[in-house]
Formats: sequence, C-alpha cells, structure tokens
Amino acid sequence: MTTDIIVDCILGALVLAIAYWVTIARESFAAAVGFVAYGLLLTLVWVRLGAIDVALMEGAIGSGLTGALLLRASSRLRAKEQSAAAEQSGVILRATVALVSMIGAAMLATAVLYLPDPAPTLAPEAAANASATGMANPVTNVLMAFRAMDTMLEKVVLLVALAGVWSLARDWLWGGRPGPRYRADPKAPLTLLAQMLPPLGIVVGIYMLWEGADAPGGAFQGGTIIAAMWLLAMIAGLTDAPPISNRSVRLALIAGPLLFLVVGFGGLWLGEAFLAYPVAYAKPLLLAIEFAMTLTVAVTLGLLIAGPAEREGAP
Amino acid sequence: MTEFLQFSSGFVFVMVALGMVRIVRGPTRADRMMAAQLLGTGGIAALLLRSDVTDRPAVIDVALVLALLAAFASAAFVVKGAREASGEPEASE
Amino acid sequence: MMSIADIFTVIAVSAGAFFFMAGSVGLLRFPDTLTRLHALTKADNLGLGLVVLGLMARAGGLLAALKLASVWLLVLFTGAAVSQLIARAARDGDQNDD
Repeated sequence: MTTDIIVDCILGALVLAIAYWVTIARESFAAAVGFVAYGLLLTLVWVRLGAIDVALMEGAIGSGLTGALLLRASSRLRAKEQSAAAEQSGVILRATVALVSMIGAAMLATAVLYLPDPAPTLAPEAAANASATGMANPVTNVLMAFRAMDTMLEKVVLLVALAGVWSLARDWLWGGRPGPRYRADPKAPLTLLAQMLPPLGIVVGIYMLWEGADAPGGAFQGGTIIAAMWLLAMIAGLTDAPPISNRSVRLALIAGPLLFLVVGFGGLWLGEAFLAYPVAYAKPLLLAIEFAMTLTVAVTLGLLIAGPAEREGAP
Repeated sequence: MTEFLQFSSGFVFVMVALGMVRIVRGPTRADRMMAAQLLGTGGIAALLLRSDVTDRPAVIDVALVLALLAAFASAAFVVKGAREASGEPEASE
Repeated sequence: MMSIADIFTVIAVSAGAFFFMAGSVGLLRFPDTLTRLHALTKADNLGLGLVVLGLMARAGGLLAALKLASVWLLVLFTGAAVSQLIARAARDGDQNDD
C-alpha cells in the first residue's frame, strides 16, 4: 500500500514538473516532446484513478495526436517567432496571470477535497440500468444512451472545428489537399513501419470499438487509433491526403452525426422522445451508430491534424 | 506476489521517469525523442504489471493503445524534424 | 510457499526491471546520442520482454497470455523501426538546440 502512495506522489510531482517545463521551454520542438511525455504521464494518472476509458482517450488523443498537432503548429509559427517575441507582455501582466491561475487552481483543488462524502453521483443508477441497452460498460451506456444528446452534439462540434481549420486555407486552394506532399522512400524504415502498422492498428481500433460494449473502450477510442494509422500512412508518403472537396470524405464526415440524428428523430416519431431507443432494437441501433461514429471520428481527427488545404486537389 | 508486482510496477515507472531528464536537457532532438520513447515503453511495462495487480484486463488495452500511438508520435516527430533540418519549405502563410 | 510459476515470475520481472534501470541509466550517462539509443533498445526489447514473460506465467488462459505477448511483439517491432528513424535523425545532422 505504501508503494502506491509513494509512486502516486512521484507521478503527481512529475506531472506538475513537466507541465511547468513545457510552458517555459524555449524550443518548441522540445516543448512538443515534453507535451507527449506529459500525456503519457496523465494516462498513467487516469489508470491510477480507475478511469480506464479516459486513460484510453488520453493515451490516444492527449499524447500522440495532440503532440503531432502542436509540433505542426509550432513549426509553422517559426517564421513568426521573431515578431511574437517582440510582443511579449511585461512581467507584471504575466505575474498577475500566474497568480490568478494559481488561485483558480487552488479553488478547484479545495472544492474537490471538500466534496461531501459520499459525493453526489448518479453512477450507481447508471450502472443499475445497464439492462436498458444490454451493454455492460456503464461509460458507454451513459455516452450512447442516457446522455446520447451530448455525444451527438460533440460530434457536431468536431465538424465545426474541422470547418474552422479548413477556413484557414487560401481562397483559391479551397477544396484542395491538406498538408505537404510527403515522398515515400521505398528503403526507409518509416515506409516499413507505415506498411506494417496500419493494418494492425485498424484491427485494434475495431477491437476497441467492439470491446466498448462491455469493457472500457468505445467508438471514440477506436476512431482515434484508426486516425493515427491513417496519418502515419500519410506522413510516410504511402497515401496522399484526399482533397477536402472529395465527396466520400464529406460523406464519411457526416455519417456519424447524421445517423445519430436519424435515430433521434426516429425515436421522436415513434412516439417516445428524441433519441429514445426502442428497447428491443437498442443494442443493434447503438452498434450501428457506434460504427458510423468510429468512421466519422477517424476521418475528422485525421483531417484536423492534416490541416487546411495547401495544394490544388484533383478537379 | 501482489506486493512484489506492485513494487515492480512502481520501480519500472520511477526508472523510466528518471529518463525524462533527457527531455529537458537534450542536447539534440533525438535525445528528447528517445527519452519519450523510453517513458512510453516503461509506461507500458508498468501498466501490464498493474493490470495483474488490480486484476483489470482492460489496462492491457491501454498499454496496447500506448504502444501504437507512441510509434505514431515518434514517426511524426522524426519526419517533422527531418523536414526542418533539410530546409524544406513549409507552405508559406 | 511459492510455486514454481511464482518463482519464475519473480525472477523474470526482476530481470526485466533491472534492464529498465539499465536503459534509464544508459540514457542519462552515456556520452553520445547513438550510444544512448543503444541503451534505450535494451530496455525496449529485454526489459519489456522479461516483464511480459513473467506475467505470462500468471495469465489466466492462453488467450490472455497471447495478448500480453502480442503487446511485446508490437513494441519490439515499432521500437526497432523508431530506433532506426531516430538514428537517422541523429546522423543526418540533427540540430543541437538549447
């Protein structure tokens, strides 16, 4: 038992230390690597807290994908770093911001430490009602059934974010392909990695989606893994990013939320409520929605990281 | 046995966490990426041990995801670093 | 009274933990980027491999043991590829930064 406490303390201290270092690091590449390490540490924290589904998300999105995104952003900003440095706010402003942030964090910590014991929660009821969908994982039940509205709107938010990223493209490049053209070197280890890993990754992604019914996992985790594999193939030059005006791409992007909406209105029409699933069909409907969502999440995240259009697409 | 595995999990984690010093010190980009890679592998080992200690097979899935994503992150970082070093122009903005 | 399987697990996991320690110490103390990479791969292959071997003795069934082994094989493969990538980055005039 004491081993756990000591390791927890070290883990916590390390998370704070690396977070601090990432904010003050002077070289953005180093900061991005530090951020990936920070994500790895957070994954361990979530596992220690018993939140395996969140740990899966953190490991997938929080460290790998976001790290790549930050790196890409930092390298684009390199040219502007000179002018940005000149605009840096004075010491007083920065000290004030630091102080306010610390007070905010302290308030949050106090709130968490002084929660009434037992903390008010709907978790036991959510777990008790698992028979409504036939799935044993309470997290999936909450995400897909009890609070399905939130999940659906999340996907819409992702689409809006993607539209925002796309809007950064130059006017005449709209509809083109995102990202630079990566050239594949047939003898390079990267090519081997990008050939062998994606099939395995896709299997693992679908496995995560399937497991999500009864064990930690789900559509989002599965979709994220598949997105990472797609991005790997892109940066190895084995496949080119599709032009963003591509019809199948657009279809894949809306598949998830669209199916959600259709089922939702179906529930309304059949007399119960928006997004009420008829009990007999709950599980197959949910699985169908999850499949569609996995596809959407994979394509959305891949395109988000690929960025706005930079090249002319095929007409 | 459980205490031993618990201790091993913590030990492996602390060991690879020490390697994080390399992320801070560098001096080259490769050093920093190596330290992150070590942290990833150590994290996987610690998680596999913890999965046995707490008897939660789902934690093995977390280790699996980490293995895949760490590979992706390393590849992305190396490609980005190489492009910058060789001076290939990013699309200007 | 520990069974043979338990003794095997203890030895294997201890050896694995030792290699992780060796990898970390190597990463911190070796003089050069490429030598540090060498230390890193020991942790990746042997460290994780021995830990997985020890845990497989405790796995509940063939499928669970295979899952553990496949995690190790995955790390083995990706570690090898990534080490090559990092080595190339180091060789091709990797920039020294601050």
